Amino acid sequence: MASELRYVGKPASRDDAIDKVTGAARYTHDLTVPGMLHAALVTSPHAFARIVRVDTSAADALPGVRAILTGNGLCYRLGLYLQDKCILARGVVRYQGEPVVAVAADTLDIAREACRLVEVEYEPLDPVLDPRDALEKGAPLVHPDLHTYAHMEGVYFPESGTNIAHHQKVRKGDVDAAFASADVTLTAKFYNPPVQHVPMETHAAIAQALPGGRAEIWTSSQSPYTVRHLMSVCFDVPHANIRVHVPYVGGGFGGKAGLHLEPLAYVLSKAAAGRPVKVVATREEEFNTLPSRQGLHSTVEIGADRDGTIVSLKATYVWDAGAYADYGVNVGRAAAYSGAGPYVVPNCWIDSYVVYTNKIFGTAYRGFGHLEVLWGIERAIDMMTRKLDMDPVEFRRANLLREGETTITGEPFTAGHGSPVECLDAVARAIDWGTPSQPPPEPHKVRGKGIAMLHKAPAMPTYTSCAVVIKLDEDGAADLLVSGVDYGQGTYTVLRQIAAEELKIPIEKVHVTWECDTAFSPYDWQTVASRFAYMGGNAIIEAAADCLRQIRDVAARALDVAPNEIVCDDGAAFVKGQPDRRIAYAQLALGYTFENGNSIGGPVIGHGRYIATGLTHLDPKTGQGLPAQYWTYGAHGVEVEVDTQTGEIEILDIATALDAGKVLNPKLCVGQIVGGVVQGLGSALWEGFQFDENGRFLNPAFVDYKIPTAKDLPKRSQQILLENPQPGGPYGARGIAEHPMISVPSAVGNALFDAVGIEFTTLPLSYERILLRIREESEGA
Amino acid sequence: MHKIALTVNGQTERATVPASMTLLELLREPLHLTGTKEGCGIGECGACTVLLDGVPVTACLVLAVEADGCEVRTIEGEAGNGELSALQKAFIDAGAVQCGFCTPGMVMSARALLERNPNPSDDEIVEAVAGNLCRCTGYEAILQAVRLAAGRLQAKDEAADLLNARGTGTESVGGGKPDGK
Repeated sequence: MASELRYVGKPASRDDAIDKVTGAARYTHDLTVPGMLHAALVTSPHAFARIVRVDTSAADALPGVRAILTGNGLCYRLGLYLQDKCILARGVVRYQGEPVVAVAADTLDIAREACRLVEVEYEPLDPVLDPRDALEKGAPLVHPDLHTYAHMEGVYFPESGTNIAHHQKVRKGDVDAAFASADVTLTAKFYNPPVQHVPMETHAAIAQALPGGRAEIWTSSQSPYTVRHLMSVCFDVPHANIRVHVPYVGGGFGGKAGLHLEPLAYVLSKAAAGRPVKVVATREEEFNTLPSRQGLHSTVEIGADRDGTIVSLKATYVWDAGAYADYGVNVGRAAAYSGAGPYVVPNCWIDSYVVYTNKIFGTAYRGFGHLEVLWGIERAIDMMTRKLDMDPVEFRRANLLREGETTITGEPFTAGHGSPVECLDAVARAIDWGTPSQPPPEPHKVRGKGIAMLHKAPAMPTYTSCAVVIKLDEDGAADLLVSGVDYGQGTYTVLRQIAAEELKIPIEKVHVTWECDTAFSPYDWQTVASRFAYMGGNAIIEAAADCLRQIRDVAARALDVAPNEIVCDDGAAFVKGQPDRRIAYAQLALGYTFENGNSIGGPVIGHGRYIATGLTHLDPKTGQGLPAQYWTYGAHGVEVEVDTQTGEIEILDIATALDAGKVLNPKLCVGQIVGGVVQGLGSALWEGFQFDENGRFLNPAFVDYKIPTAKDLPKRSQQILLENPQPGGPYGARGIAEHPMISVPSAVGNALFDAVGIEFTTLPLSYERILLRIREESEGA
Repeated sequence: MHKIALTVNGQTERATVPASMTLLELLREPLHLTGTKEGCGIGECGACTVLLDGVPVTACLVLAVEADGCEVRTIEGEAGNGELSALQKAFIDAGAVQCGFCTPGMVMSARALLERNPNPSDDEIVEAVAGNLCRCTGYEAILQAVRLAAGRLQAKDEAADLLNARGTGTESVGGGKPDGK
């Protein structure tokens, strides 16, 4: 590795920005395919109901309608890990917003009009809405046929005759004995509501059914190859029959991983004689038809000794999976093996239940369960410090994972994991922890500070892999072919930096193709889990080395020296110590031609790959094993001001420290943190689905479901990036994309206690909730 | 159906449209100006912000027939003669772009602000883009981009003023061209 880095670690600007500031960037929303029809949906008004009758005759008669589908003709089962879902509801609807009928027509207006003409008769059933009720014996079963569903064996454990889609266990040490002998114990319960990802581009897909069981798909997906794979499984056709294009994607945050509107667009196209069909979710459908983050009910028990050592932790996580398992089962799994926070817990017992209910179903969302479990853990840790009369920073410092200790799944903690304690200390310093807040001028306002830790590893199969290809152009420039998707994170820019560094060419000469196409782009599992820069970066390093090997071989023959005598730099190959004997990459990229016309070599194309190594499945009974390729640790420190007359809370300061291993691009890293923190504040202060007693979703629009606007920013936001290198990471880097939002709610909740002396356990910390609790407390006093 | 004529980014456009067609649909479909995005379709997210006679509007809430005889500016008209505008450059330099879906609307809201107020305060910038939702950036870099563009435009105006002043000066003395050449 070069001693001085030219591009890695530098604030390179993203090359997609020009397309995006000029309106030239084309998203799936913007695409038109010749002959394209437009689709609209009839969705269920009931949370749980039998479909008695569907009458589409009036819709059929409408001129311009090309296809109408109900679930009856569609005998397909979908599911990432557990095949529990139909393309359109069959026989029964399991959540309000579930698609029941779909229409493809010449225009969107006609398709919508046809949907209005469809008559559906339902027989409402008693829904089960609270996952804790769904666990009770005799609760209505959301999926009575659960025992018949195919699922990933040995990893997920659906329990037939119940609403449990998955039960993940972690068992370490002797928890009962440790609690019995602990000096101090604490039990607390917490709740997170379901929330929405809110990508600004709603889900969209275009599909065209082609002869011979083939299909071409354009989709706003995070996962072109997973779309291809799941389509292939669902429709029982070879992978090569499905071609998936992913153009620019307008945000994802996990919600566009997996398979969503693509199969529906495909069956509509089949029914419409192969005309391509475009399905675009309305904003309302994005809220109540497409999946959300799961809700979570947590019970956390902690046992500690008087000296401030945690001796035991027991947690029960009851996830509100909603009607279908999707990613929820893996969220329940990942959040269990991370479910005690980044602490040394010698005796640990975790039960994580992913439970079906009659609500919108859950999926991956930035943080993948960690924001939710750490809302409980990091609040409970703070509550424990009050029982012990210890400083929250001191207590955390004493119990954080450190070298020589093991995680709750038995993974040894090493220096290569990075430093949770440095993150803690960094945010404590940043918010001047230990110095009380300046009292605000208004007597009805109070201030407080809070700290919370975070950790997360990519939650992925043990065999997760990716590949990249680098092609050299005639002018010596490089084209990167990847099928991880840059839906805003900036990973393509980071990959360009790494390629420029490794190939020894200016970054301006490194290009990424911004449309993934499974026909040409090499395999990548999915763009999730903060693992694209790590895995893709490693693959780029290998592919660049492959290119340079080819360049050196040809240059050596052209210059009549041994290949190991050739050095590559500044876009040229030259003889070691004799920089004048050089050949520019441009003269080597397609092969070298001697003066007499003889030619050698050929087009330079490098191939690189990466596969997760050393990971194990978790023991089904104990959860012991190695689930994580790497962990990223971090901390938030927050100072808040609360108006005790209105409940309004203002974030005066929020500091985020992450151990990035190596900052590949400081500008993009800071951008991820600033954006992630504000998204975390959304979860902390405003966001949450509200349902009525029948399971109807009450706030499926921005007027009633508030996400942060430019008016809702923290007064100050500090970003601190630590660089304790990750062995095996590209230049020592770790993923950081999800982490900036993970413990924002916990830190705000802890600061809120410091300000008003009330323990909040339910999110969001809305002004209303804060004010009501302040009033309750003052009336009780 | 209604016949309308409007100016879009300086070009006269004629169209025959149903009364129910929105300006957003007109721009994106018959006119193929897909830089203007639809994020909600009901005026809540600002992704479809365009300038209608210089005033920022959410194009999903304006009927195409209402734009008859008006001057419309969209993101496609922001770069003049192939050169990025100061705002576009500032969005890139400040790192204000992530997924990019809100960017056209943001730029148009900022454009309207700078045209009516070339030297906005931070509060005025926040107010100008408060109706444009962004889920990626956390807004900081967007606010910074608008500040940066305003600062650069001010500096350019001052330079132009200086140049003009000098030009006038030399002219009065020697009757020659600006810069005394």
